[in-house]
Amino acid sequence: MDRSLIAELRAACGEEHILVDRHALRAYESDGLLQYAVVPRAAVLPGSAEAVVAVVRACRDHGVPWVARGSGSGLSGGALPVAEGVLIVLSRLRRILEVDLEDQRVVCEPGVTNVAISAAVGPTHFYPPDPSSQIVCSIGGNVAENSGGAHCFKYGFTTNYVTGLEVVLPDATVVQLGGREADLPGYDLHGVFVGSEGTLGIATKVTLRVVPAPESVRTLVAFFDSPAAAGQAVSEIVAAGVVPGAIELMDRLSIDASEQMAAAGWPRDAGAALLVELDGPASELEARFGEVTSICELARSREVRVARDAAERDVFWKMRKAAFPAMGRISPHYYVQDSVIPRTRLAEVLSRIDELAAEAGLRVANVFHAGDGNLHPLVCYDGAVPGEAERAERLAGEIVLACVRAGGSITGEHGVGVDKKRYMPSMFEEPDLAAFQSLRCAFDPTGLANPGKVMPTPRLCGEVPGPYRRHPLEAAGLAERM
Amino acid sequence: MASAAGLAVVTPATAEEAAAALRDAGPVRIRGGGTKGEWGRPVDGVAAELRTVWLGALVAHHAGDLTAVVQAGLPLREAQASFAAAGQRLALDPPDGGASGTGAGGADGATLGGVVATGDSGPLRHRFGAPRDLVLGVQVALPDGTVARAGSQVIKNVAGYDLAKLMAGACGTLGVICELTVRLHPLPEGWCTAVARGSDPRALAAAGSALARLPLEAEALDLRWEGDEGLVLARFAGRAAREHAAAAARALALDCDLVADDAPLWEGQRARQRGACVMRVSATQRRLGDVLAAARDEGATAVARVAFGLAWLRLPGGDPAGASPAADEALAAAVARLRERLAPSPCVLLSGSAALRAQVDPWGGIDAPRLALMRRVKERFDPAGRCNPGRYGEGL
Repeated sequence: MDRSLIAELRAACGEEHILVDRHALRAYESDGLLQYAVVPRAAVLPGSAEAVVAVVRACRDHGVPWVARGSGSGLSGGALPVAEGVLIVLSRLRRILEVDLEDQRVVCEPGVTNVAISAAVGPTHFYPPDPSSQIVCSIGGNVAENSGGAHCFKYGFTTNYVTGLEVVLPDATVVQLGGREADLPGYDLHGVFVGSEGTLGIATKVTLRVVPAPESVRTLVAFFDSPAAAGQAVSEIVAAGVVPGAIELMDRLSIDASEQMAAAGWPRDAGAALLVELDGPASELEARFGEVTSICELARSREVRVARDAAERDVFWKMRKAAFPAMGRISPHYYVQDSVIPRTRLAEVLSRIDELAAEAGLRVANVFHAGDGNLHPLVCYDGAVPGEAERAERLAGEIVLACVRAGGSITGEHGVGVDKKRYMPSMFEEPDLAAFQSLRCAFDPTGLANPGKVMPTPRLCGEVPGPYRRHPLEAAGLAERM
Repeated sequence: MASAAGLAVVTPATAEEAAAALRDAGPVRIRGGGTKGEWGRPVDGVAAELRTVWLGALVAHHAGDLTAVVQAGLPLREAQASFAAAGQRLALDPPDGGASGTGAGGADGATLGGVVATGDSGPLRHRFGAPRDLVLGVQVALPDGTVARAGSQVIKNVAGYDLAKLMAGACGTLGVICELTVRLHPLPEGWCTAVARGSDPRALAAAGSALARLPLEAEALDLRWEGDEGLVLARFAGRAAREHAAAAARALALDCDLVADDAPLWEGQRARQRGACVMRVSATQRRLGDVLAAARDEGATAVARVAFGLAWLRLPGGDPAGASPAADEALAAAVARLRERLAPSPCVLLSGSAALRAQVDPWGGIDAPRLALMRRVKERFDPAGRCNPGRYGEGL
């Protein structure tokens, strides 16, 4: 790598905030998806928005690609470095710049953790998007991935809460997209930026809307003989007009795994556990809670347990949140998927997943955000057994395609990144991908921002077609257009 | 067929036909229900008017999934009637799209495509968001003659770029929205509104804001100002609506009524977002008192969505039939005064005579770096300027 580039990066970030040693860089070779690892040429940790601009400008001047990274907890390889490029780590930009409860807005830097926002506005307010990694994941990463979480069925996703962004574009210009206010004149470019997986620029300031914290919360878990039976209860709850704050489903394998870690005393022989949380005004909650309980009983729940206090509620949630890490107790390795299906197709898709798992001779645990049909199948395998990792990956891919065929999506909240880009053609046709590329080229005509992500095959940006202009040869009278 | 302005009229019946028309028919003005045709700058040099009238089907209503696929030209009112038959609704209630309508524009009212393209919204914005927040997927005819889709048919999806957000509010300058997949919500069993009155705009806005900060789960929370008096309106839905409205009334500590038969009240809010000369102010909650005071001082009617700091001011003297240079001059002066007084809050002139909209920039200025980025997007999607050219300004 050009020595002058390194010198410019060093000048921008300071001597102690640049890594070029290959050994040190290994710390950044993967994000939360460890199957992929690439060591970048350099990693920088800028300490200000101005330093980010200087880094992006240096990369632009040298034609070097870059990848932005928040906390590195993403699960699609979206922050996977590129070998010839610079990794821009935003974890030092972790100031909450403004808490304005009068306007119900928070302005923060991208490295602030998700959980810090709710902490800053509590107890009267909260920030609803709550990915399971919220203790570590950063708001900048949430913006890149349009993160969801357990509460998004009722409250929506990151995109519903980001009102403004300060963005460094790949040409190193700084632009304000959106703001504190709603319906600003012009294109909804902050809406476009959220979920663009770091391919359109780097957000250096984020303005978020926060909302009043619910007056009260009640949580129950209902056990069913099968996920399909639990899924039926979900449909009936939603059809009754109840909008649970969260509604999560775990199957037998994931209950079993989580029990080994969280020990909530849930029946290990239950086919499924349905965790339902209602929040809202206390007066409404009692009636609604009773309604949900009777729907579960009518849907042949074998047992409904109500969390008696905050401590028991925490235990219920610990079971759900332990599902991913606990899988390590029952399987040496696992592969997480993030597909979405229309909720009404749940039973059919789950039985298809069972068939596919049986064919592959592997176990699949299912944990999902049942309200919005977002499945997280965990494909269990042993990497030490020759060929099993490949079989697991193939099975995971077949599950994704089964979900798309049922009218769903390849990813509900983890993003496309590198991991799912090969499935993009199962959801999108060539004109769709071409339109995506048009947008990307408008922001990043030179293709330096997070190259190799999202799109299934690498593409270059052509010249802006532009309105008809006279060719110089025409102007000189040397050629004529027919 | 020719439009009122003597333009050729193109009426595609499929997205492919719409794309072919964009490619071949020269620059077009795009029209849905014709209720907001005047928003923004007048379009320049168009050869034809593209109408979505034959793209009017309800393609699918997946009641169990609370989603629907709707063609852009379907009047919102018709779509809502279909959803209501299944006990559901699209939680989007802009003017000209309600069950009774407000009579503006075409007889059928606003189309879903037009509502999304303009990013228009009504009181339900408070709880359910703007069109951008309810659109799951979009199919759009592009000026290069292709038809692209983005998003999906499920309520949670992050695959691909969110072109639906790009199209929502782009006022048809990047392509023609042909089909939309939307999220639906159950229709509540009943409503009740707490209505408080006040004669001090700032105290009224502060009372509204105090409610916005309580965990009440209102469906709508609005302000109104007319003459020398204003209202705070907090609407609650569901079986316990009355109880919740009563709690809001207690919290308001103002002279307060509970109104169960509240549909006319909210229809009144929507109606006040329309008029011959309406300005939309993107303020913040804490500035809404100033916005109401400014409306009062100008003799304007105002409605506001408290939690979003959004307000619509209907200026007096904007009579489209009797538009005269003198009236336009007075309105232009009023717009300028309001913009100066409410700065830096953007004030967008939504409706006004063509002469007025030529006289004052309807958008009120977009800062240079963002405008430059908008141009870059426009150049990629519509390099030859075929879609509503000039709506956002020269070359946009």
